[in-house]
Amino acid sequence: MMGSEFVALSLPPILIGVCVAVACALPGNFLLLRRQALIGDAISHVVLPGIVVAFLLTGVVAAGPMLLGAAGAAVLSVIAIDLIRRLGRIEAGAAMGVVFTAMFAGGVLLLERSDTSSVHLDVEHALFGNLESLIWLDARGWSSLLDPAALAGLPVELPRMAIALVVVAAFLWLFWRPLALATFDEGFARGLGLPTEPLGLALVVVSAIAAVAAFDAVGSIIVIAMFICPPAAARMMTNRLGHQVAWSAAFATLSAIIGYVLAGYGPIWIGASASVSAAGMIATVSGVILGIAAVAGPHRDKVS
Amino acid sequence: MSISLVTDRTASDEDARMASPLAIRGMTVSYGQTPAVFSVDVTVRAGSMTAIVGPNGAGKSTLLKAALQVIKPLAGTVSVFGKPLAQMRDRIAYVPQRASVDWDFPTRVIDVVTMGMYRQLGLLGRVRSHHRAAAMASLTRVGMADFATRQIGQLSGGQQQRVFLARALAQEAEIYVLDEPFAGVDAATEKAIIAVLKELRDAGRTVLAVHHDLATVPEYFDDVVLLNTQVVAAGPVEEVFTDANLHATYGGRLTTARIDPESVAG
Repeated sequence: MMGSEFVALSLPPILIGVCVAVACALPGNFLLLRRQALIGDAISHVVLPGIVVAFLLTGVVAAGPMLLGAAGAAVLSVIAIDLIRRLGRIEAGAAMGVVFTAMFAGGVLLLERSDTSSVHLDVEHALFGNLESLIWLDARGWSSLLDPAALAGLPVELPRMAIALVVVAAFLWLFWRPLALATFDEGFARGLGLPTEPLGLALVVVSAIAAVAAFDAVGSIIVIAMFICPPAAARMMTNRLGHQVAWSAAFATLSAIIGYVLAGYGPIWIGASASVSAAGMIATVSGVILGIAAVAGPHRDKVS
Repeated sequence: MSISLVTDRTASDEDARMASPLAIRGMTVSYGQTPAVFSVDVTVRAGSMTAIVGPNGAGKSTLLKAALQVIKPLAGTVSVFGKPLAQMRDRIAYVPQRASVDWDFPTRVIDVVTMGMYRQLGLLGRVRSHHRAAAMASLTRVGMADFATRQIGQLSGGQQQRVFLARALAQEAEIYVLDEPFAGVDAATEKAIIAVLKELRDAGRTVLAVHHDLATVPEYFDDVVLLNTQVVAAGPVEEVFTDANLHATYGGRLTTARIDPESVAG
């Protein structure tokens, strides 16, 4: 009875949370080492209006239109940044700051002014997602995991996020060597004839795929946290890139599981009645892990 | 302004370019309004050690980077043994400026050297024991074998430079292009690096380096290119490395340059 309840109510959101966390943390390692850590932040801000417009045009929350909308918003923001930088004669960082926040604010306004009451698309959702509501009503216990009929009733976010994770992992596995090389020493990589610019762009695109796929299930807070916290904590555990990526995946998984459990049961344990946002708690746990690594990690000192 | 050696478009010059391991023609690079490198022709002699020398901001590093298409030039072509660079990348080993990378990157010395074997390993080729042995042999040549498993940030500047040279050795190239290999390294490292470069030259390889210490040019190099945005003079050190040419290259700054080579670094 406990088992069937767990499989129906907790297993799907935990699995989705783990997929989101790992899919964002993996490319986050490279973004962090390339000093582009805030790209994850930028992506999740910029894509919001694109996703909302895609919903307004199609009337459904589906992966394809959302990705297209997000991509359109990203292109628009790149053009806007360039225009502001050149016409306003200001530095790129300031132009980005203006565009990212403006795009996100525009997305929030669009959300508020449009009728999205029929679907889970509102401002709170954009920030925190609705991880807790992604339950599996067809589940009748662990045996349902082998039952095709029951499996068909899985929340659609789970296979969607699993595919995004596979895409991210396959990209990193395939291009590991040139990515590592271009991240460490771009000049040398270009001297070898490696296409470092397309490679960097591909990394951002793959990160965007993870962010957009995750957005619907868990909102933007967790995406931002997962791009940065697990890789940053992992960097302090090891001095080898491969190990760092493995640590980051482990930290991401741990954050998702502990965060979900704490959000659901933590308030009850301390005597409160309501549970808290799982996405918020997962992001918080990843931050706590980063804090612990910063205090106790074996390689936290910057070597001279 | 240019010396006839490199601009005379005679048949024999054409032959020299075809045989040259690195022939640069009409190279022009600009970062903004003014060109950093303007219409530079350089024909590197096979089996030579050539220094590119010039004052701060003369475009020395820029010329190297443009020659290897690390940065995009406005104009100019590069041929390697008479063929386009794109077909001949595997013949060239490039050692960028040490300061151009983040030495806190999570990687070990041996992993950096293995990066030099990228063209052999490809996307997914596994690093096998003979690759590791070759990487260790490269480290041994620069005296860094004992540091193979160290994180790169734990090395001194000179040791980092040697690791970069070892990575280039692992490429088993024919042309070694180095950007300021002696910048900020200790005397022992400078000796070790020059010894390896001379070994390469004596084995028939070609070395081209941006160099900032005028005092050691005659001792280290066979040929020299005096650069100040344009080529002032180029050719064998004993013919070209003259007071008159140095004055033309450095202008009024030559006196300080002679007293303190560091002041012309860059």
